[in-house]
Amino acid sequence: MPLPSEAPARATPILEMRAISKSFPGVRALNGVELSVRAGEVHALMGENGAGKSTLMKILSGAYTPDAGAVIRIDGQPVAIDGPLSAKRLGIAVIYQELSLSPNLTVAENIYLGREPRKGPIIDRAAMEKGCADILARLGASFRPTTPVADLSIAERQMVEIARAIHANARILVMDEPTTALSSRETDSLFALIKQLRADGLAIIYISHRMAEVYELSDRCSVLRDGSYVGTLERAELNAERLVKMMVGRDIAGFYTKDHDAGAAARGPVVLSVRDVADGRRVKGCSFDLHAGEVLAIAGLVGSGRTEFARLIFGAERRLAGAVELAGKTLDIRKPADAIAQGIVYLTEDRKAQGLFLDMSVGENVNLAVFKSDAAGGAVLDLARARDRAIGAIKALGIRVPGPHINVGALSGGNQQKVLLSRLLETKPKVLILDEPTRGVDVGAKSEIYKIIDELARSGAGVIVISSELPEVIGIADRVVVMREGVVMGEVGGGSGIAINQENIMALATGISARDAARQSA
Amino acid sequence: MTDQATSTSAVATAAQSQAQKAFRLQALVRTLGMLPVLVVLCILFQVLTLWINGEGRFLSLQNLSIVAEQASINTVIAAGMTFVILTAGIDLSVGSILAAAAVVALTVSKIDGLGWLTVPAGLAAGLIFGIVNGILVAFLKLPPFIVTLGTMTSVRGIARLFANDTTVFNMDAPHMFLAERFLGFPWLVYIAVAVVAASWFILRRTVLGMHLYAVGGNESAARLSGIAVPKVLLFVYGMSGLCAGIGAIMVTSRLGGANGLQLGNSYELDAIAAVILGGTSFVGGIGSIWGTLIGALIIAVLSNGLVLLGVPDVWQYIIKGLVIIGAVLLDRYRLGGGART
Repeated sequence: MPLPSEAPARATPILEMRAISKSFPGVRALNGVELSVRAGEVHALMGENGAGKSTLMKILSGAYTPDAGAVIRIDGQPVAIDGPLSAKRLGIAVIYQELSLSPNLTVAENIYLGREPRKGPIIDRAAMEKGCADILARLGASFRPTTPVADLSIAERQMVEIARAIHANARILVMDEPTTALSSRETDSLFALIKQLRADGLAIIYISHRMAEVYELSDRCSVLRDGSYVGTLERAELNAERLVKMMVGRDIAGFYTKDHDAGAAARGPVVLSVRDVADGRRVKGCSFDLHAGEVLAIAGLVGSGRTEFARLIFGAERRLAGAVELAGKTLDIRKPADAIAQGIVYLTEDRKAQGLFLDMSVGENVNLAVFKSDAAGGAVLDLARARDRAIGAIKALGIRVPGPHINVGALSGGNQQKVLLSRLLETKPKVLILDEPTRGVDVGAKSEIYKIIDELARSGAGVIVISSELPEVIGIADRVVVMREGVVMGEVGGGSGIAINQENIMALATGISARDAARQSA
Repeated sequence: MTDQATSTSAVATAAQSQAQKAFRLQALVRTLGMLPVLVVLCILFQVLTLWINGEGRFLSLQNLSIVAEQASINTVIAAGMTFVILTAGIDLSVGSILAAAAVVALTVSKIDGLGWLTVPAGLAAGLIFGIVNGILVAFLKLPPFIVTLGTMTSVRGIARLFANDTTVFNMDAPHMFLAERFLGFPWLVYIAVAVVAASWFILRRTVLGMHLYAVGGNESAARLSGIAVPKVLLFVYGMSGLCAGIGAIMVTSRLGGANGLQLGNSYELDAIAAVILGGTSFVGGIGSIWGTLIGALIIAVLSNGLVLLGVPDVWQYIIKGLVIIGAVLLDRYRLGGGART
């Protein structure tokens, strides 16, 4: 296989991993993978879900032991990483997707956890807070060492994690999808921080699915596929087509699909009409109409109330005001079961915590919303029917799994998302509200999910997509409703006469018009 | 594919088949659960009685019938407890409910002309107390541990109140025949088998059972999937109360009397022990009624075997506790550190 050339190393890499393999019962997760990272670089690590990025990082952080034959060198010296402690001692720190702070402790207590300065047997709080304040100042943090972590935003908690790593003298910092839960402003300041850490000489391994971030940050980018090393690109060689090809192993023709007739959708009957819906807190009276056969996106920054709004429509939270009409009929939705009974379904943004039953099989997960309606007399399970539905769903959505009996917890993010999507589809919905349908999903599965959304619209369903990824919104939506601080600011596309593009959406989402923004940055 | 890639994949396949063999063995061990522990205990007691008493008295048909009888009541209560623990709940009140239901049943049995109501009254009493627990947990959203800790005390008081704080006797109650033998085993054993079979059917073959596992596995996902979570919770606590009512009928058929103060004391602990020994997860969503049956049998075998060996009562307690902890430890080791009990 032709591999992109690896440029001659400028200096001894700070970290070298060679011939890393890892087998689990029934699976070979990594097969002779290599990775070489220099001090003072941001090294992006890319690959589809299940490509082996997490396994490789778990070996680096000492959570897993690699199979025999693996070589890990730090500053050119061979080392053995036989546990999280030894990784820490070697200066390796990982900032996980799920943050690992104790929310009930203060910032300083978290940063010093396990290394508290003492005066005799007593914790020296003054020294702790002084040391902590120094690091926070260096990172440009606006919160104080004595603030409880529970009071911090996700972005601030991330900063505490980074502060903790720096305090522990980390020289190799692994960041696993750090921007997933951040707004664009928070992302900007995180990037500034990452660039500063790079200038300070840290080596940063940056895992992300978002191409834009990889372009902005990375000096080099290594790609894994199916547990194998594909190659490393220099910054100058980076382009989307090439990266996707390396990750997927084939060309993706037409990443976004929009084959349904958007014009017909706009003229189609209004299937869902939402009027002045409010919860008295985060959602302050929002309205929109959804046509049959239309893909409507709800955009807005994180915290703009998009998810809360969707959950109100679906009956997952208590609605204080407003009305929801389906095909002209006002609905009384008090709980999710009411919405589902009327043909409105909701795909949660938090697949693992609120969507899937990880200990149950793929088949059970697919059938959970229809077991009752399929059951003989509403009580006894129709197992044959359930099996047919599961096999049908696996085929229709291309879920990669040996059979419906496999536990859904064992699947990759993309396949899990398809399982969750099929649970909704089995109820034959008229309206689908999909909250971040491609979050934590690999590139290949993303494209497949776009295709499914397009097909749903073509078959006459109304589809609402909530997404933080603007390229996605622009790629698949016929019309975009933009929210800001619990209020609908306006819409682009459709009959509005405003083009669907990044500038127009961001202008509404931030309240700063594109022209103002241009003036500011000039 | 190049030649080199093929040879690499051959090596990989060899490593994989090795790993798959280990995986299959693990899956088998997981399916069998605690059954091997039960078998080992039975063989151990047989050998020990043979060694100490000169004859293997444990594995005689007569003794096994006694073990089954001893296990029967705990099995029934533990079956109800399995439903509750599968939803990540707990029911501490079953011992008290059993006492109250027993007092109610025997009191009714003494009323002229209403003797036929004995069994329905006992079952209804258990069911009603269970439903009270269910309402408090499902609709008022109180923590199960606290709710059932409260009802454990209150219902114990109610049991004493109904019995005027004495013992209610009726050796002629209409259900006394349940303690008699049929085909070598007392009817109590058949009742336990029937309860286990019915529980299996509900858990594995009905929509309700599926929803119950879903609620235990991920309550917020269950709600978003349109499952009526409160109804499921109401059902499991009602079921647990009903099983305690069945237990009350079984106990009174053996004793012919019911004392509100003493009957059923610490039965909840034996039931919880059986469920945990059976591999049901305390955080909900994972477990089976077969596991609970084996757990209840392990407890009964231990009690019976230690008595046969003439181990003093004090030591029986100590050994039983240690075996429960040891079995769960073994379980954790068996599942590769992933046990969540």
